Amino acid sequence: MLELKSIDAGYGTFQALFGVSLDVKAGEAVGVIGPNGAGKTTLMRVISGLIRPRNGSISMEGTDVLKTPMHRIVSLGIAHVPENRRLFPRLTVEDNLKMGAFMPEARARFAERLEFVFDLFPRMKERRHQMAGTMSGGEQQMCAIGRALMSDPKLLLLDEPSAGLAPVVVQQVFELVKRIRSGGLTVLIVEQNVQQVLKVVDRAYLLEAGSIRASGSSEEMLANDSIRQAYLGV
Amino acid sequence: MTDIFDIYLLEAVVNGILLGGVLALLALGLNLIFGVIDVTWICYAELVMIGMYGMYYLVQVFGLPYYVAAPFTILLVAGLGALLHLLVIAPLLSAPPINQLLATGGVLFVLQSFATVAFGIDFRNLGIRMPVLKLFDMHFSYSRLLAFVAALIGMTLVYFFMKKTYIGTAIRAISQDRQIMALMGVDTRRIYLITSALGGALAGLASCLLVLQYDIHPFVGLSFGPITFLIVVLGGLGNFVGGFVAAFVFAQIISLGGLFSDLEWGYVLAFAFFIVMMFIRPAGLLARRS
Repeated sequence: MLELKSIDAGYGTFQALFGVSLDVKAGEAVGVIGPNGAGKTTLMRVISGLIRPRNGSISMEGTDVLKTPMHRIVSLGIAHVPENRRLFPRLTVEDNLKMGAFMPEARARFAERLEFVFDLFPRMKERRHQMAGTMSGGEQQMCAIGRALMSDPKLLLLDEPSAGLAPVVVQQVFELVKRIRSGGLTVLIVEQNVQQVLKVVDRAYLLEAGSIRASGSSEEMLANDSIRQAYLGV
Repeated sequence: MTDIFDIYLLEAVVNGILLGGVLALLALGLNLIFGVIDVTWICYAELVMIGMYGMYYLVQVFGLPYYVAAPFTILLVAGLGALLHLLVIAPLLSAPPINQLLATGGVLFVLQSFATVAFGIDFRNLGIRMPVLKLFDMHFSYSRLLAFVAALIGMTLVYFFMKKTYIGTAIRAISQDRQIMALMGVDTRRIYLITSALGGALAGLASCLLVLQYDIHPFVGLSFGPITFLIVVLGGLGNFVGGFVAAFVFAQIISLGGLFSDLEWGYVLAFAFFIVMMFIRPAGLLARRS
């Protein structure tokens, strides 16, 4: 579904990604793990078009993502839940969800998508008229995921969904990822919480200092000694 | 004696409210541009001036009725707003704010000089004399009443546009998080252009209303441009509600100040009030406490 080939990317004179290649097949959940500053967020931003890579290619179901204007990439079926959620704090929950359905294809199906998101997160229905910025971190994360789902994506990019959340809420977020997956959605998830993320994904890549250092099924990654030492503390 | 004084006071208060409506309309346009594009159109009042000339030519030269000329003028100034964005603002979007300020300041002088060369410095008017409403011993001109009502209708339309439509929601969202708009499938350039046209349309509406109260000349923008800026700053740049409240506060100061002395003293009081407020609440009347 999604294929990245030897991506170089960075900001100004700083290079964050060096020749990164990865692929995600339809229906899969794939994780990208690695330490802070490894380039995980940059990777997500390159896929959703927020920054353009210097070299390499990205294709989504055969379409060249790099030749697609930034604001049309969501129409290819890629929805990005950015790091730190990035809700519009002074818009209501419903207006935030409305923004997720901004593109014409999604507007036509707004009512249907809203019902879908409210079914998934009944809490969002209760809070629909509340300012998004006044909700708890966990609720904001639900709202951010809901906003991404409003566009009816094929591929959901999740950037550190557990960051800054209480442990019990982190559990809920990963439960949610499982539920979203079971609905047939393809998921690419970036996480520092290696232990948790390897429980919900099929495969994972290890990104360190801007390069892919290892990849394999969740079981293989869990069994990898260097990963166990560096990220699982065992 | 006290009876007569009270009725004059009431008249001044009502006239202040009527003036406040038009000032609020002007402030809304400027706030919209600042809130969304993060740019101040120093030449905002000069767009109104051009619109007033538009009304003059449509009504006096081409002989259109006032209510037919008004929509054309609103469209004309909306187009000017879009043009201003495309030609001056868009190329400078990533430039330092001072450059953007100087560029729109330059447009101010270009428009004033253009009007002087093209239209001359004669004072002109529409030749429409609106009747005066007499209520008890008070006098209210219909031109002000019309301006007040039309300004309120204009602002209400903008309110519903902002609340109900996708574009309006995007306009409110863009000022809260510019970078992620592309993730929503929003082309920010298009939103900027629409916002500029909308800001221009509001200036166009204001010009249709002010042309009934002011004579038209190339420097007429100075009559309400500076006061609009003070209102917008006092209300907190980009804060729509703050701008609305500040417009009525200023209008009352001008109107009541004018009652107790000359109209000019009303402006002196208003500007003095502004300076004092900048010390007390530098971030604006309704600034959020951090």
